[in-house]
Amino acid sequence: MYNDTIAAIATPLGEGGIGIVRLSGPDALKIGDQVFRAKQNKKLKNLPTYTLAYGKIIDRDQKVVDEVIAAVMLKPKSYTGEDVVELQCHGGIVVIQKILDLVLSYGARLAEPGEFTKRAFLNGRIDLSQAEAVIDVIRSKTELSLDLAVQQLEGSLSNRIQEMREKLYDIIVRIEASIDFPEDDIPDVEYSEMKEILADIHQDITRLLATADSGKVLREGLKTVITGKPNVGKSSLLNRLLNENRALVTDIPGTTRDVIEEVLNLQGIPLRLLDTAGIRESDDLVEQMGVERAIQLIDEADLVLHVLDASSELTEDDFSLLEKTAKKQRVLIVNKIDLPEKWSIDVLPQDAKIVKTSLVRDSLDPVIDTIIGLIKSGYVQQKQEGAIITRSRHKQLLSLALADLEQAQETLSNNLPVDLIAIGLQGALEHLGEITGETVRDNMIDRIFEQFCIGK
Amino acid sequence: MSSNYQVIVVGAGHAGCEAALAAARLGCKTLIITMNLDTIAQLSCNPAIGGPAAKSHLVREIDALGGEMGKVIDQSFLNIRMLNLSRGPAVHALRAQADKRKYTAIMSLTLQSQENLHVRQGTVTELVVEDGQVRGVKLKSGVIIPGERVILATGTFLGGMIVIGDARYPGGREGEPSADQLSRNLSDLGFKLSRFQTATPPRVHADSVDYTKLTEQPGSERPIRFSFDSPLNQREQMPCWYTRTTDETIRVVRENLEHSPIKTGAVSGKGPRFCPSIDRKVLRFPDKLDHQIFLEPEGEYTKEIYCLGLTTAMPEHLQKLVVRSIPGLENAQIMRVGYAVEYDFIIPSQVKPTLESKLISGLFSAGQINGTSGYEEAAAQGIIAGINAAHSILGREPVIISRAQGYIGVLIDDLVTKGTDEPYRMTTSRAEYRLLLRQDNADLRLRPLGYKIGLIDQKRYQKVVDKENKIKETLAWLESVQVSPTKEVREKLISLGSGDLKKAVTLHEILQRPELSFADLAHFTTLPDLEPQIIEQVEIECKFKGYIERQVRQVEEFNRLEAIKIPQDFDYEKVTGLRLEAREKLQTIKPTSLGQAARIQGVSPGDIGVLMVLLKGENKDVSA
Repeated sequence: MYNDTIAAIATPLGEGGIGIVRLSGPDALKIGDQVFRAKQNKKLKNLPTYTLAYGKIIDRDQKVVDEVIAAVMLKPKSYTGEDVVELQCHGGIVVIQKILDLVLSYGARLAEPGEFTKRAFLNGRIDLSQAEAVIDVIRSKTELSLDLAVQQLEGSLSNRIQEMREKLYDIIVRIEASIDFPEDDIPDVEYSEMKEILADIHQDITRLLATADSGKVLREGLKTVITGKPNVGKSSLLNRLLNENRALVTDIPGTTRDVIEEVLNLQGIPLRLLDTAGIRESDDLVEQMGVERAIQLIDEADLVLHVLDASSELTEDDFSLLEKTAKKQRVLIVNKIDLPEKWSIDVLPQDAKIVKTSLVRDSLDPVIDTIIGLIKSGYVQQKQEGAIITRSRHKQLLSLALADLEQAQETLSNNLPVDLIAIGLQGALEHLGEITGETVRDNMIDRIFEQFCIGK
Repeated sequence: MSSNYQVIVVGAGHAGCEAALAAARLGCKTLIITMNLDTIAQLSCNPAIGGPAAKSHLVREIDALGGEMGKVIDQSFLNIRMLNLSRGPAVHALRAQADKRKYTAIMSLTLQSQENLHVRQGTVTELVVEDGQVRGVKLKSGVIIPGERVILATGTFLGGMIVIGDARYPGGREGEPSADQLSRNLSDLGFKLSRFQTATPPRVHADSVDYTKLTEQPGSERPIRFSFDSPLNQREQMPCWYTRTTDETIRVVRENLEHSPIKTGAVSGKGPRFCPSIDRKVLRFPDKLDHQIFLEPEGEYTKEIYCLGLTTAMPEHLQKLVVRSIPGLENAQIMRVGYAVEYDFIIPSQVKPTLESKLISGLFSAGQINGTSGYEEAAAQGIIAGINAAHSILGREPVIISRAQGYIGVLIDDLVTKGTDEPYRMTTSRAEYRLLLRQDNADLRLRPLGYKIGLIDQKRYQKVVDKENKIKETLAWLESVQVSPTKEVREKLISLGSGDLKKAVTLHEILQRPELSFADLAHFTTLPDLEPQIIEQVEIECKFKGYIERQVRQVEEFNRLEAIKIPQDFDYEKVTGLRLEAREKLQTIKPTSLGQAARIQGVSPGDIGVLMVLLKGENKDVSA
């Protein structure tokens, strides 16, 4: 049904001891055999369906990346209904990422969010109701990845992509204007000039690609900060969310000194949870550092879960913190309603998302529903740089842009007509645009009119 | 007079003529009504067909489908040239200067001679509509003409308003009345209308022009034609002329900008950016010191000369100053002054890809009424509206040309999917698969469809089939013949300005060398005797193979989404996974396929993901 092979990291990031890179599509076995060397020299393509093989992942320099177990599931009886290969490695974000990059370099395409499930459905492996359950995931992840595309690229990276696009755009607009308006006096783009400009852009992309390999790997997810005065129940919230005891829970203020980070899969939406030290004016130097850090984290957060204690009077600390979190997309969690309430939620901002609960007694569902609701409303957006999926995506798009550009350069050096040069340039522009989330075609005509005096 | 027609076409401009001919030729009893029988297929602005690349592509596509425009211009041109020859095969652009009276006369006679087609004069004031279904039209005289389908092709006449300087008066074209009642009737029927404007330059008397100061632009020496069926004989041509504006032109315009309608606000509708007035050019590009002007004859039986580049609706005395500031026009006599015309159009999101109205069943619209500009764009919609009106009567499947099949598809899809905020003109940069949508292969692309529809006869269809076979055969032959690097071959290649040959290759590989032509291959083998059109295709297919294959792959990708159809009664309100903006846009536009949905602005890839899963589910339910 599909003629390309997709790949992605199939296990949640930041969890567990095993990481899985999954390949699905007609070339899954072929690509698998290019990266995997079985202990007994068996080829994956010769294995029966639902078989495991033990071996190593070898990179292009014949170096061992990791020891893995490869699982082969042949069509039609695999999850997606296509040939599937899963490479189960020892986890470790860097290793998984390397294996993914390696299979992509052999011709797999990075899967879109939810694409395995989509293929499973389209190939009739799961029914509509099952598929509908993943719609929300497809939805939120795709939206997020688009937002990511735009927002992650703050700073120098984004600027550099923009610069390249501008250079490309400029030259394409000149070509298109000359093609579409042959009767207007629009000068032809000289090939010698074009050659220089393209060489320049080529260098830009090559340099940027080189940094993609050495760039640091960050975890994926919306940066979510749990904040609140000491002892209001932040760690209880974190623990309930994670369902494990990573942060200490005590009644002594200030025991959660440093920032704890966990990744959580909340109905398919990855959250990076940060629990901050309790914020209040403090003389304790160590705690003071923690507090500054916490305020800084609120500034950087995509989403703030602000915990308040219903059983003790609100103080200056609470109000000043409420001011700090007001600028953020936040959920105000009013905890300890199992104890006598000392204040009414009427004092809180009217438009805030508020959940009243007892984190030691009540179900967490209302809290989770409110968080999910806020995220799906589209207001929560990820600001932070370099999530893994997107990074691979960027790298792949940059490589595609480079290939297109090289095609244009070849066309140019063969002295072929501009129309053909434009094909490669358009491709490069579109691939770069996919990184920043911009489309080209609709704006092209506007650009032509801005730059040239067209018209009879 | 009031017999029952199957199709009634309102308006006999370029859209109306193609629509009426298509419907009549498909066997429908058809009536075409025009306000004036003497202005059928009038070239109201520049008497030229083609020109900018994509326009000539449209004409050839219309011809491939069995339309008339290409044939008429081939019989009536004064001057024909191929532009853009150096810029690549996909963007070659044919341009012909028409004898405007001859063009009108030939098209008019074609209509009058067409079986099943009645041509009559009259002014339509109202549509007859019952239960959301069109039943006919009502004329100014009160006469009602029943009809099962109505195609509106009213051009600039709906609520037309002419502007010259400070003067403003109703009119659809200078000297002709506007159609105000019909415009009001459409509003009453619930159509959302908006206003555009367009303008035309002054015409001067040929004998008042000093040709010694102009550069001559002769026609093409090689015989070329728009239609794939026109004979390629040599014909005498009239030259066009070229000059430029002067400092004085710029000065006059600049000093009098306050009298320009763009400053006085006399014109309210948005005009086409690619046809700016000289006033606007001076205003927008103050650094450009001169602008090119083409002086073009309007016909054998008129002395009128069209001043291309001098579009303006400034007051008459200023037009005279502007004209006379130009070399060659110092003593020019203005015969018609330039003017702007403002008119109503139907916001095209109310139109289906078949060009049938979403509001009133059986009502179609084509041409400027849908927000486009240009004769070719109008004619392209006309033939599609005519075909689909006929098909809906005959109970046949509607014809929708995809973006990957032709510029006609790009045009209509853009209109109904994205709408337009200025009079829409086709350009090649609007097409995603430009290299495939060439004007030279429009017959290969669309004649089979024209044949299937029934507008192309067996004989003309067979010609295309033969051509296609011959191309394939020749390409296969090129792949099969080996050339060895003998001393003679190597020397010959170098003498032809090409590179050396190291190992044996096929003729196909030799032809792929950019500097070599098909004729050059005669040095290495005996060439079959082929028509120039075959050689042209073989050269393009061979030389640009990689590029063409790349676009073919992109089209396959494109077709995958196009193939997922969305039922017209699909309820987007129920799909909670869609964002609000997307839901509203989808509900308004009601795309016919997932591919079209993806092109709607405000619909994200995430929304498409959601729809894809749901639609696959529906399609499965249907087939189960």
